[in-house]
Amino acid sequence: MATKTQELTQKGGQHRHRALGLSDEAALRIYEVMRLARAIDERMWLINRQGRAPFVISCQGQEAAQVGSAAALEPKKDWVVPYYRDAGVALWFGMTARDEMLQFLARKEDPNSAGRQMPRHYGSRERHILTTGSPVGAQLLHAAGIALASKMRGEDAVTATYFGEGSSSQGDAHEAMNFAAIHKLAVLFICENNGYAISVPQNHQMAIKDLADRAAGYGFPGVVVDGNDVLAVYEAAHEAVKRARRGEGPTLIEAKTYRITAHSSDDDDKRYRQAEEVALWREKEPIPRFAQYLRQARVLSEELDREISDRVNREVDDATDYAESAPDPSPDDLLKHVYAQESR
Amino acid sequence: MAVKTLIEAIRDAMDEEMERDPSVFVIGEDVGVRGGVFLATDGLANKYGEDRVIDSPLAESSIVGVAIGAAANGMRPIAEIQFADFIGPAYNQIVQEAARFCYRSAGDFCLPMVIRAPWGGGVHGAIYHSQSIEATFGHVPGLKVVVPGTPADAKGLLKAAIRDPDPVLFLEHKRTYRLIRGEVPDGDHLVAIGTAEVRREGKDLSLIAYGLMLHYCLEAAEKLAGEGVSVEVLDLRSIKPMDDAAILKTTRKTGKVLIVHEDNQFGGIAGEVMAIIMESAFDALDAPVMRLCGPDVPAMPYNHVLEAAFMPSVDRIAEKARELAAY
Repeated sequence: MATKTQELTQKGGQHRHRALGLSDEAALRIYEVMRLARAIDERMWLINRQGRAPFVISCQGQEAAQVGSAAALEPKKDWVVPYYRDAGVALWFGMTARDEMLQFLARKEDPNSAGRQMPRHYGSRERHILTTGSPVGAQLLHAAGIALASKMRGEDAVTATYFGEGSSSQGDAHEAMNFAAIHKLAVLFICENNGYAISVPQNHQMAIKDLADRAAGYGFPGVVVDGNDVLAVYEAAHEAVKRARRGEGPTLIEAKTYRITAHSSDDDDKRYRQAEEVALWREKEPIPRFAQYLRQARVLSEELDREISDRVNREVDDATDYAESAPDPSPDDLLKHVYAQESR
Repeated sequence: MAVKTLIEAIRDAMDEEMERDPSVFVIGEDVGVRGGVFLATDGLANKYGEDRVIDSPLAESSIVGVAIGAAANGMRPIAEIQFADFIGPAYNQIVQEAARFCYRSAGDFCLPMVIRAPWGGGVHGAIYHSQSIEATFGHVPGLKVVVPGTPADAKGLLKAAIRDPDPVLFLEHKRTYRLIRGEVPDGDHLVAIGTAEVRREGKDLSLIAYGLMLHYCLEAAEKLAGEGVSVEVLDLRSIKPMDDAAILKTTRKTGKVLIVHEDNQFGGIAGEVMAIIMESAFDALDAPVMRLCGPDVPAMPYNHVLEAAFMPSVDRIAEKARELAAY
């Protein structure tokens, strides 16, 4: 059965982050990236509701699961294979607010796909973020393949792949965990269990309470973690990364969290869940919770929080302006990059 | 120049490329100590070790999905699907992932990988060991689809496919594996993907085929030569990209074209070749373009009478060619 770490990390008391090896600066950086992910996301909804962009897919509520786990990795050395909510992961791995808005508005300069994919389908070789598609689950096998290549070359790079509890029903999820286990690959399987696959709740997705229990069936550890506690997520990921670098194989981390928004800007979540339920989870949101911790730990002052807010708002404003005035691709671009050879 | 069977040529190609480039590796079912069910990888595990000749779990999506990730991270995988008929579970990985990677990343993640698959009938393989898949995958932009018919091409095209920067579906007609022998040039023999080859010169009509049907067409051409009909035979050998110029050249030369394949007729490669001819060489035609294909039944049955009824044969090709010649 999976390890439960919710309460495990209370050690360190008011300075849990230091007990985990995170400096005050590192903790603040995690906080700021979470804030930035949220602020960008909120701006996207505004622009969408004004009719200036066709589609939003949201990260709201899942920032701790994303940034907390990505922070345990080494950008440019390690790889991430995200899914379409992972703004926090992409930002940690080097995407900027401008990149976010460029992809959101499908501009030519979008580093992910030059405007070809729907929003939040990340990908950048330079940043070690694998390109991602919309059919979910397929990416878990790609993570196994990336890790296989690292292993064949004797590198200790770790590959983290992200997915929802819905995707865990796909055959590829099973296949990837099985393959990674056989070859003891350095993979972190990070499930952001947000309770819903569009409208389908977890109890129609699987008959078990903790998805992480499945890891036992593959022969590697499964860990259940409070996905709204960024330090708990960091700790679980950090342990899994150490294990992977030692050549001991994969870990399945189930970060239990909640999707605060509807599935997308085209979804109406009132059809399948109660407002009371959403309100309940809003109280457990990861960003205010981490802010409170940081204040109690005397790492975050009111003044510093205001500075961060100002910086984040400026970045989002700048990114919005920049992307809105950035050119679209031209019709000629349609036929490019079907095959290699043509340069970008 | 040595005489080799087609499967020996394939094995040589993999061996030479693995020797040359440490990023090349093989992954598939039974490819390790067993050497593959057709022995295409015989001896490779011994020579290069189990880390580079990986026996995969019995899961085709894994074979292709893992190969994609490895290719994205600097390797050049050769993924073997044991029979083309079993490729279904990997369809999403091939079509939605491998074929789209380069396009969806605007050239950032193009995938140098090969998917090898034995295909085709005439081996009592029944419904699930005889299928043709070239039309299904030829339809997909972002993939290259190659169908060698001779040992020299099998080697030269496979080596080219392994060095290619894009995903290549490499189809090996299983009936030709040991049936077809031929001279294979020594040294680093490469054949460019996307080029067709005239296998027999003729002036009265053209047969266009690939794989096993190429050899049946050559036999039929020989028959017709005895009857005073001069038949040209064009080996397509690459489905995607297709060598339009070679198709138009033989059309302009003979004015009469018959396309032959085992794959089902509807939506098949013959229809595409016909369209290329109609669009660009209509004026050169002396007869309607004809096709002889597998019938539109789901797949080739096991019973020998039914199997023979499915497969285009030398006699049926010759008969259709006579009809075309007489038009």
